[in-house]
Amino acid sequence: MRRTARLLISAAAFAGLIAGAQAQTHLRIGLAEDPDALDPTQARTYVGRIVFASICDKLFDIDAKLNAVPQLALSHETAADGKTVTIKLRPGVKFHDGEALDAEAAKYSLDRHMTMQGSFRRSELSQVEKVEVVDPLTIRIVLKTPFAPLIAQLTDRAGMMVSPKAAQAAGDKFGQNPVCAGPYKFVERVQQDRIVVEKFADYWDKGNVHIDRITDLPITDSTVRLANLKGGQLDIIERALATDIKDIRATPGLKLATALELGYQGLTINVGKGDAAKGPLGADARVRQAFEAAIDREALTQVVFNGEFKPGNQWVSPQNSYYQESIPVPPRDLAKAKKLLAEAGVKGKVEVDLMTPNNPETRQVAEVIQAMTAEAGFDVKIRVTEFATSLKEAEAGKFQGYILAWSGRTDPDGNIINFAMTNAPNNYSAYSNAEVDAALTEARTLNDPAQRKAAYRKVAQRLAADLPIVYLYHRIVIIAHRDRVEGYSQMPDGLVRVTGLKLK
Amino acid sequence: MVQLIGRRLIQLVPTIIIISMLIFGLQQLLPGDPALVMAGEERDPEVIEQIRRQYRLDQPIPVQYFYWLKGVATGDLGESMRLKEPVARLVMQKLPVTLQLASMAMIIAILIGIPAGVVSAVKKDTVWDYLANILSLWGISTPNFWLGIMLIFLFTVKLGWLPASGYVSPFVDPAQSLKTTILPAFVLGNAIAGILMRHTRAAVLQAMNSDYVRTARAKGLLEGRVVLRHALRNALTPIITIGSLEFGTLLSGAVLTEQIFSIPGFGKLIVDAVFNRDYAVVQGVVLVTSATYILLNLVADIGYILVNPRLRTS
Amino acid sequence: MSASVAALAAEPAIESPRRRAWRRLKRRKGAMVGLAVIVALVLMAVFAPLIAPYDPAQQSWSAVRKAPSAAHWFGTDEVGRDLFTRVIYGARASLMAGVISVVLATSLGVPLGLTAGYGPAWLDLIISRVTDAMLSMPFLILAIALAAFLGPSLSNAMIAIGVTATPIFVRLTRGQVMAVRTEDYVESARAIGNPRWRIALRHILPNVAPQILVQMTLTIATAIIAEASLSFLGLGQQPPAPSWGSMLNSAQRFLTNAPWMAVWPGLAIFVAVLSFNLLGDGLRDAFDPREK
Repeated sequence: MRRTARLLISAAAFAGLIAGAQAQTHLRIGLAEDPDALDPTQARTYVGRIVFASICDKLFDIDAKLNAVPQLALSHETAADGKTVTIKLRPGVKFHDGEALDAEAAKYSLDRHMTMQGSFRRSELSQVEKVEVVDPLTIRIVLKTPFAPLIAQLTDRAGMMVSPKAAQAAGDKFGQNPVCAGPYKFVERVQQDRIVVEKFADYWDKGNVHIDRITDLPITDSTVRLANLKGGQLDIIERALATDIKDIRATPGLKLATALELGYQGLTINVGKGDAAKGPLGADARVRQAFEAAIDREALTQVVFNGEFKPGNQWVSPQNSYYQESIPVPPRDLAKAKKLLAEAGVKGKVEVDLMTPNNPETRQVAEVIQAMTAEAGFDVKIRVTEFATSLKEAEAGKFQGYILAWSGRTDPDGNIINFAMTNAPNNYSAYSNAEVDAALTEARTLNDPAQRKAAYRKVAQRLAADLPIVYLYHRIVIIAHRDRVEGYSQMPDGLVRVTGLKLK
Repeated sequence: MVQLIGRRLIQLVPTIIIISMLIFGLQQLLPGDPALVMAGEERDPEVIEQIRRQYRLDQPIPVQYFYWLKGVATGDLGESMRLKEPVARLVMQKLPVTLQLASMAMIIAILIGIPAGVVSAVKKDTVWDYLANILSLWGISTPNFWLGIMLIFLFTVKLGWLPASGYVSPFVDPAQSLKTTILPAFVLGNAIAGILMRHTRAAVLQAMNSDYVRTARAKGLLEGRVVLRHALRNALTPIITIGSLEFGTLLSGAVLTEQIFSIPGFGKLIVDAVFNRDYAVVQGVVLVTSATYILLNLVADIGYILVNPRLRTS
Repeated sequence: MSASVAALAAEPAIESPRRRAWRRLKRRKGAMVGLAVIVALVLMAVFAPLIAPYDPAQQSWSAVRKAPSAAHWFGTDEVGRDLFTRVIYGARASLMAGVISVVLATSLGVPLGLTAGYGPAWLDLIISRVTDAMLSMPFLILAIALAAFLGPSLSNAMIAIGVTATPIFVRLTRGQVMAVRTEDYVESARAIGNPRWRIALRHILPNVAPQILVQMTLTIATAIIAEASLSFLGLGQQPPAPSWGSMLNSAQRFLTNAPWMAVWPGLAIFVAVLSFNLLGDGLRDAFDPREK
């Protein structure tokens, strides 16, 4: 069956070549990695979300200011007590298999995210008590406690709707042939090679879909990816290097689209787990403050990323509305660092075992930090560790410092609660502070942004003093495309949105 | 002859079982937990437990091995944790890519290596011999990944003649397919050409010193003909042996070259699976390539015996 | 190099085999060039602090990725370190990895090969099957798995490469033993009642030593590439200490902006590997009884 399909495709490609016809428009996107399973419930990779952006629509989308805007849902309304959220669905939406997207289907999708074995959406929807069908186009989400980030969760994979019929039939193999309600439907995938999708004729917003077919090609080497874009074998590439920006700007026919990311790059310090935390760095906040004071974030981003990335010191970027302006990015202060070390009473060099993920860019960051902190009296030993090992070591607390990137979530809660709450799953530093726990728990129940920001201020102040994580910088999402692609704009979440795009 | 092949085939069984145990054991040694790797950023302890149960990671290693072996016996190589795809299907997807790349590399190696070897043997101790030797040493001594990077720099970045990668199947677009695979094929072929050249040279020299070539010369046959007809034909056996072994290594040995050129073949599949701790994929693919390698070994031996009838009796 | 030849080959004659081999080796220009370059590389590695113009870890953020110049002959890298200096220091990692891993492989592989070839049949069966299995698995994948298991460091990379290269020596030694075990001198040694292990060590080993030496030299070349490959994948030398492989890894990102970063370390690997291959070829010919 698949084989015939393939032959037909190649036959079609040949026919296209012979006729020289321009009838089919074809967009080729170069991805930086090969995505994991294409099931919104089981998926976990950043790159997978880029593919989902063309095949799986969500209840809500975001705009450039991170506000939720309608996509498959038309509106949402939170009850006065904050414990129920009523969502009106867009009428007339069909899944790729022709099934209607109604309240039952929406409930099915959300229940699947919450209950399926191996679902990575479970924790995102953990505050949801149940989902109720109110009428064929209305669902009501009942919450355990008021939960401000809910709508933001529904702008990502947790808000993706899958066809109940297809999902029931495929079970946990749904990712092999995903059936959603996005502008493009899945055609085929060859692992590590390509993912092909084609225009969905019954898409709810089909007037905005102008390209017939999209192929996603994972090409891991950034130089090769850019070379293919320059050569015209690709139309769009994601995650171009900051150090290539100058080159992209200088190349005729290429255009650049950037946005400051939602996530951050930070240096997690083990303050509470195992023997590694017992060194001066883990045991004494003053030593950590000295470590931070020794780092020149401006110079770091300048050297490693040509100054394209933005220094940061909180879990959201300085552009985010939840950034605490009262705690600005501290400048480098070597005298202060040395003074703090003297106060802490450390003698000789402070040794730091710095676990660094195995990629050249992060290694370079580690080497620069090593050189910077050496001037204040630290002796950083870099331990380049491949991904799988580093996760295990991090869990076991076998590190003193760990350079760790977080891809970021729309809502600030997603960037902090799992990292700073006592015993939270991503709390590698084993940080624990009752005041922080209380403020974080309170913040997620507050629907008023000003009140939330006030609650986060307490957290930010505490963390800036305790430093379980030294936030370093925020990357920018760098998308380069050929000028034949028209209408491209970049959102902070890094996705490549394909509706509205035209090919010249 | 049949007996010999039978005996060799039976010997294969323990070797393959040992391979499977080695792979299995080695993977258990690897630090890191597949369920944690799969979860990545989404660390929900309960879900991680579910995954461990689902893939029997919570069971003792011998039990895991037993289930895996049972699957293999019924033709089931298991399922990729990361991709939720059957390993057998992944193997079938990668096989054409790897075969294409390996064949092209072999053709390049033969086109360079054998003529160079013959010339160097016939013109022994002349400048041609030295040149051919330098060519061979170059092939053997160049690190594949460096040559790959340099070729990308030259042909893609500087000259813009060839796309650096983005493998295209020959059934979709033959011309583009050739363009995307020629550089990696050259990198791999270049190394093998060096090895082939040496064996060809040695074999041709040996054949030229043998009695029958001397006789042929004495009969007054022309030098060129002698070489081609007698020496080369007899030199062919070691060349075939080396060639098929090198082909075998290409099936999974093109790890870095595939990585650098983003060629989605076996090598890249295995390395990515090792780094992602996708056990079933590592096990399945290494088993398939190793078994193929051993089979090619056997085929080479049989071919050797067939071409040298004298060996048949012994 | 000749010292170890002397240690391994004995059997006094009118002209001792090692002397004959050395005389033949001296005639081979390629081998002598290889030997000379190896000696030069070793000196470079040992006296790196005296030769290198800079500190290999000294960063200079105002001179990041600068093209070759009078101040920096090979240019600078991504954090402004002098590439010429780092290429010189990089010889340490490469040579140590090449030599030590091969010594490890030999000291594991030769005893196993002797046992397989001259020990009890059941041991031979086990050793040979495991050797076959390991040889059929992709070399680099095995090394990657071992290096990942042991944890990233130069010494662990050496162990990984050494273990992975062991089967080559097992098979070679076993094959050589099989070839000489029926020779007269072995038979007669057995006839006068020498124990097996003694025959293996005193009579067989010296006769297979030349082949092993040749194989060692050639495997050093392979091991240097293997170390570079592991470091290229981040599983070898840890920063900021330089290794040619990890320098290439960094360079890959800057191929467009700073191609010189990729040229020098690659050339260095090539030269080192080439010299060991030249020497190995020369040794092979020098020990070859058929050659005059």
